[in-house]
Amino acid sequence: MNPIVLPMAPPAPATRLISLTVDEQPVEVPEGSTILDACRKLGIDTPTLCYGETLMPANACRICVVELEGARTLIPACSRKVEPDMVIRTDSERVRLSRKMVIEFLASSVDLSITPPAQDYLERYDGRPERYGPSAPPDPDRDKRRAGHHERPDGQTAATVHQPTKIDNGLYVRDYSKCILCYKCVDACGEQWQNTFAITVAGRGFDARISTEYANPLPESACVYCGNCIAVCPTGALMFKSEHDLRDAATWDESRQTRTETICPYCGVGCNLTLHVQDNEIVKVTSPADHDITRGNLCIKGRFGFQHVNPKA
Amino acid sequence: MDLRLLDAEPTTDERAAIDAFLGPPVSTWAGADAVEDGHSAHGGHAARAQRHELLPTLHALHERAGWISPGALNYVARRLTIPPADVYGVATFYALFSMQPRASRVLHVCNDLACRCAGSDKLIEALTDRVGPHGSDTDGATWEPSPCLGQCDRAPAAFLVGSGENPTERELTNVDAEALIEILRGATPASPKSATPPQAGEPNLRLLHRIGLVDPESLDEYRAHGGYAALRRAFDIGPEGVLREVLDSKLMGRGGAAFPTGRKWDAVARQPRRPHYLICNADESEPGTFKDRVIMEGDPFSLIESMTIAAYATGCEHGYVYLRGEYPLAQRRLEHALEQARHHGVLGEDILGHGFRFDIELRKGAGAYICGEETAIFSSIEGYRGEPRNKPPFPVERGLFGQPTVVNNVETLVNVLPIVLEGGPAFAQIGTERSTGPKLFCLSGAVAKPGIYEVPFGTTLRELLDLAGGVSTGRSLRAVLLGGAAGSFLTPDDLDLKLTFEDAREAGTTLGSGVVLAIDDAMDLAELLMTIAAFMRDESCGQCVPCRVGTVRQEEALARLASGRTRGTVQDELDLIAEIGQAMRDASICGLGQTASSAVESAIARFEVFTSNGGTTP
Repeated sequence: MNPIVLPMAPPAPATRLISLTVDEQPVEVPEGSTILDACRKLGIDTPTLCYGETLMPANACRICVVELEGARTLIPACSRKVEPDMVIRTDSERVRLSRKMVIEFLASSVDLSITPPAQDYLERYDGRPERYGPSAPPDPDRDKRRAGHHERPDGQTAATVHQPTKIDNGLYVRDYSKCILCYKCVDACGEQWQNTFAITVAGRGFDARISTEYANPLPESACVYCGNCIAVCPTGALMFKSEHDLRDAATWDESRQTRTETICPYCGVGCNLTLHVQDNEIVKVTSPADHDITRGNLCIKGRFGFQHVNPKA
Repeated sequence: MDLRLLDAEPTTDERAAIDAFLGPPVSTWAGADAVEDGHSAHGGHAARAQRHELLPTLHALHERAGWISPGALNYVARRLTIPPADVYGVATFYALFSMQPRASRVLHVCNDLACRCAGSDKLIEALTDRVGPHGSDTDGATWEPSPCLGQCDRAPAAFLVGSGENPTERELTNVDAEALIEILRGATPASPKSATPPQAGEPNLRLLHRIGLVDPESLDEYRAHGGYAALRRAFDIGPEGVLREVLDSKLMGRGGAAFPTGRKWDAVARQPRRPHYLICNADESEPGTFKDRVIMEGDPFSLIESMTIAAYATGCEHGYVYLRGEYPLAQRRLEHALEQARHHGVLGEDILGHGFRFDIELRKGAGAYICGEETAIFSSIEGYRGEPRNKPPFPVERGLFGQPTVVNNVETLVNVLPIVLEGGPAFAQIGTERSTGPKLFCLSGAVAKPGIYEVPFGTTLRELLDLAGGVSTGRSLRAVLLGGAAGSFLTPDDLDLKLTFEDAREAGTTLGSGVVLAIDDAMDLAELLMTIAAFMRDESCGQCVPCRVGTVRQEEALARLASGRTRGTVQDELDLIAEIGQAMRDASICGLGQTASSAVESAIARFEVFTSNGGTTP
């Protein structure tokens, strides 16, 4: 019997390469790449905060801005596609100033204490968030602020987004004092991944915030507790309840944690799980962002269904 | 889409208001009563494609109920198949919508630049003393401070919104405290009148020649005064001919960005993707600007005719007028004119028997300056939060609903009539080499005859102020704000500036939307800067960090300077303001953030606003 010969898939069309110059160095990247891709190919470390490998760029934080010769303003590296013969500068005085101001603006208004790269960016760009004055006190009524209205400030304190942490369910907490409004959780909850649409950006300007309808508690919202918003949150504003409790008790210690790769036992899809274990207890579950089934996403069972593994208290 | 709705029901009135706008629900899913003959499914793309109805539906609800209750929001979500959280996100974006129950009569009292020059802070003081602080409910009425209402020629101004069975919206002009208190107590305000431009009746006016003289509600009168001659000529020369005339006219956009209109039209006309859309940007909200309102109130047919010509040249079948929510008279005049135009065959199917089909839909904003940004306007019409989009792609390629789109300001569009009638080259003879045609300027503040003035480009600022009767207050001129809150302050030494795009650029300023606000030496410049900074903070959409936080930090630094309680020296604060401004200019997504510091920085550069030891100069 002859072996069965499977038909070959036709080859994909060749990708055109685009040549451009970044910081005086010529570089070629495939058509459709972003300036950030070109920077990374050259090993130029470009700061990012709202950029997520698994999401469309929101280009909201603007810390990745670069200078494009001939352009009136700076442009975001994370979303701008390369064009032939672009001349890009990533470390000019204008770029450094804008990056410094962005990280200062965020550090002076948001709690970046557990945002890994924030301190590095502040040092790299000589940011001094303290020059805007001491932080204004938290506002428990931030969710009620109205578009187009604010009280005139006296300037003696710096306005912040600080507010009480929202703990309204046993699975995860929302500490919007740490929110930089990167839009990633909204995109992950909505049309880019989960299609649940439980959260949105509400309000306007500095009072814009991530919210359910009428800021209702999560159990009353459309939330399905997939935790895919936690997976993309860059600042720790969204956090496992287990992690939050350990941090509260000052016993959270990543150096004591191990990460174990396994496969979710609940259904047949076969999502990869990374179990974060501290003191022989699972404290959080993630999935690799580059995994071609999950892209970092899970469902409520994979993400939160681990209590039965932990020893009973 | 699998919606999870709230456990809340609308009141009968709320449901009726929503159904009156959207029509009765057709399926049980959308809220209809169950029918006996079984199951009917209405979903999929058709259900989700109703999102663009969101803003008008919220308007219809708000007019009836005066606020957006959870039950009503839930019903809107159900009817339009939009997640409740998304509806909430959109509703909370607009300043005219309330998410809390409040008084059924709301008086929005302007406290912006031109009204401040006319003493609006005294007005607000009187209201606070005699009626109570803003937001407090007195016998079903309340008041709120408001950004510029576009009535700067008749300052101080207010805007009354009454919700209920007979909703009212009324512009109030040249108000005083007594009148406002009477209105808050239930008095009916006088009918609004459209303003007659001070130049009315003068020969050689191209844009204003009908306003104040011709009945804005009569299509016959419009025709008797030259109306629809341009559309006839357009049909004679064909779309390519119109494009040629507009390109040759070198017309530049009048909304503020001064982009060549012909190039925009040409780019859209050449796009093979269909349909194409035309949007008239009538979301005039730049403080000090009221020219578009005067055109729409006084000569609404001219806008409809211009849009028809624009659509003919660029291959659009559907046009939108995005009108700011604070212009009810302009809305009524436009609605009436649209109806007349359809009735007389100059709009709709087979216009004037030429086989060309085009119609215009009026969309009303709800209190958001940012929606005048050309990509934010798309988001707003599509039923999303009015957040600007990153460019590229540009609107001529991907605009409204992702299709090629022409966006033009009202004033830009009405220039098309003389261009088509007189020919592009003749139009290009008006004004200067690089700034062609007539230009409208909005004169307000301390001038004797505030109003809209039409002059050719190249007129000096001094000539323009003289035209408006000079400084009226018996004091001397201290400054001129040119271009609005996104423009810059000039000194009395700058009055010989020729008002052209190129001269303005060379002088480091901008014509912006044509604002010329005269400020006499009785005004506190620092107070005006604080007003501008507060405006930018309030109107920032909040999407990008430089603008969202930068506008706050700018306002805080100005507050410290004004009070004399600076952090470090005055120079330290001024340096900080310069750095904030540079970052907003360089790194913001859209024009709002990019110009949010320009007026403030220009005042600091040209005036001694803040004394060296802090505090403001007397």
